[in-house]
Amino acid sequence: MELQLTKEEEAFRQEARAWLQEQLNGPFKDLRGRGASGDQDTYIEERIAWGKTMGAAGWNCIGWPKELGGRGCTIKEEAVFNEEYVRANGPGNVGHIGETLLGPTLIHFGSPEQQKRFLPPIVSGEEIWCQGYSEPGAGSDLANVQTKATLVGDEWVIEGQKIWTSGAQYSDWCFVLCRTDSEAPKHRGISYILVPMRQEGIEVRPIKQMGGSSEFAEVFFDGAKAHEDHVVGGINNGWKVAMGTLAFERGASTLGQQYLFQKEFEQVVAVAKRTGAANDPIFRQRIADAGIGLKIMRVNALRMLEHEGADLNREALISKLYWSNWHRDLGKLAMDLLGPEAELLEGAPYELTGMQKWYLFARADTIYAGSNQVQRNIIGERGLGLPKEPR
Amino acid sequence: METEQGYDSATWEQLSEELAWTALTIPEDYGGLGMSYLDLHPLMEEMGRALLCSPFFSTICLGANALLLGGGDAQKEQHLPGIAAGETTATLAYAEKNNRTDAEGVEATYSRNGSGYILRGDKSYVIDGHTADLLIVAARLENSDGAEGVSLFLVPGDAEGVKRAWLPTMDQTRRLATVELGDVAVAADALLGEEGRGWDLCERTLDLARIALAAEQVGAAERCLDMSVEYAKVRKQFGRPIGSFQAIKHKCADMLMMVESARSAAFYASALAGQGEPDLEEAASSAKAFCSDTFFHCAAENIQIHGGIGFTWEHAAHMYFKRAKAAEALFGAPSFHRERVAKRMGL
Repeated sequence: MELQLTKEEEAFRQEARAWLQEQLNGPFKDLRGRGASGDQDTYIEERIAWGKTMGAAGWNCIGWPKELGGRGCTIKEEAVFNEEYVRANGPGNVGHIGETLLGPTLIHFGSPEQQKRFLPPIVSGEEIWCQGYSEPGAGSDLANVQTKATLVGDEWVIEGQKIWTSGAQYSDWCFVLCRTDSEAPKHRGISYILVPMRQEGIEVRPIKQMGGSSEFAEVFFDGAKAHEDHVVGGINNGWKVAMGTLAFERGASTLGQQYLFQKEFEQVVAVAKRTGAANDPIFRQRIADAGIGLKIMRVNALRMLEHEGADLNREALISKLYWSNWHRDLGKLAMDLLGPEAELLEGAPYELTGMQKWYLFARADTIYAGSNQVQRNIIGERGLGLPKEPR
Repeated sequence: METEQGYDSATWEQLSEELAWTALTIPEDYGGLGMSYLDLHPLMEEMGRALLCSPFFSTICLGANALLLGGGDAQKEQHLPGIAAGETTATLAYAEKNNRTDAEGVEATYSRNGSGYILRGDKSYVIDGHTADLLIVAARLENSDGAEGVSLFLVPGDAEGVKRAWLPTMDQTRRLATVELGDVAVAADALLGEEGRGWDLCERTLDLARIALAAEQVGAAERCLDMSVEYAKVRKQFGRPIGSFQAIKHKCADMLMMVESARSAAFYASALAGQGEPDLEEAASSAKAFCSDTFFHCAAENIQIHGGIGFTWEHAAHMYFKRAKAAEALFGAPSFHRERVAKRMGL
């Protein structure tokens, strides 16, 4: 069972494959496989240059409508491109927040002026975006954001702090959830504001993760300024816009992600054979279980991609909870198979092996982008129609 | 369900004669509708959902599949039209009291008798074995061992020397039976498939049955989830529906994740079954392992979510719980299938 592709879709796959191979075997060969989980803070400048090259060749934002600079690709074509991208060892894409979150939000909620100003540099790879959502007091309870924006003359003045902002160190812009009416009920006093990152009132402090890398950062706003017209979807309507943004993730990246998982799983099998753990009946059960889980993930994704209609189906709702659990468990299995060798680093002072990197980073998988507990609330309430709890 | 027969004859007539379900996967040449195994999938889910008591599973998923995979033209001609029409029921008698799921488990023997054969031994765990019109029996040539020497034979349920008895079981929704073969003489044309290659045929039949069983397990697990959700919406404690508490909501969310994933596993295997794919064995075992775990988990959680009423005889939850355990053990438990997958992975 595979994704059923038309002749045109198959031709699209070949075109993408040829271009990626040419680039990643040629001018960008040093970037192959860089910037993955646990390695996202490496080769930044080179990856920005790569994003611009992708843009010039028309491979950014391929799912956007043609009149907005995209290729008008279907979700299936996007999934195919993603799969080819990972197969070609394409580097972690620094432009993905702009392409997958801010862009679709502007296409849906933005004014024509906002679309004209902000969409083209996302397509060309010239402007990098980050997401200013979480705060120290607003994690799963996102509507509790306290960062405050006040209109002074024709500018918003912003005070407060964001945290867990991916790529804040190298981003040009940030979409920030700010409180603009502190009297209103908490969901109704929030605005979605576009803020330039390179200005005096903003300070970025990278957060070092348990693996030693710094994917995330804290962002401090101390009198930072944003243009009056750069509120998306209207003042105090930011909660609706933010929730809309979350719904845009429909799984186009899922096949590419599974290709990565497949490679990790193969490494795990190789370790089991090398260490002799493959002869242990309990390990055999666990490895088979992981292999079964991976196959199921693929069929779940194919069912999700074949689903027609704008609503999120049940396969889409379970996707994040499923893959993050699976990936976390695979990391644990890898370390268990290695036994005492699991402790040994690649080198001093603290250079981790690839397997150690994803083992450690997988602990973040079940937390970011909606923790497992939040995912279960969403599945229960949207998928099964269970009553909400009092909030 | 409570009769010794284990199903209602009127319902069976309705689903086989009026609804033609028994004809679905039988080729048109033999009076069937010639549809694919994938077409059977939703029907199996529904039968699982309802815990339908009927000889459909034994007749179609074991009997007809064995005939389709191993039968000669004359054998198919003789038996399949009757099966398609709902007039003949059939089953596969491969297991014995030794509880094994591999070729070594076949201890019943056969010896040559002129051009025919004599069968001896005791089969057990035979689904609907006490009522089936046609038994497909696995036996080995005297003094053979392993997969070598096992052959399958078509034996009429009422043949001389066959003694059959209902085997009372914890799960009341699917009947098992013992079949004693006391020097049962059969003619040469009773041999199904090649002599000595019967275990391979048995395994391929079992894989198809495992896939259908996995689909049943998906439907039944989903019914458990639905019962839980319905109850969690109406049962109130502390002044609000218990489904608004995360302790219950999250259990239901996990059940949904497992049910949809189990559906993917069974659906994938059903799709391969029609195409004669080499990966069928791995897909069948993956589906059987995952769907067994899913059904058991959901049936157990369903009892927990229902609280006190959940462990009574009056409520249906126990029937699903018992069926889940029975289905889990049937044709190899999850650990057996994971080991099979591990071998297929080259471990």
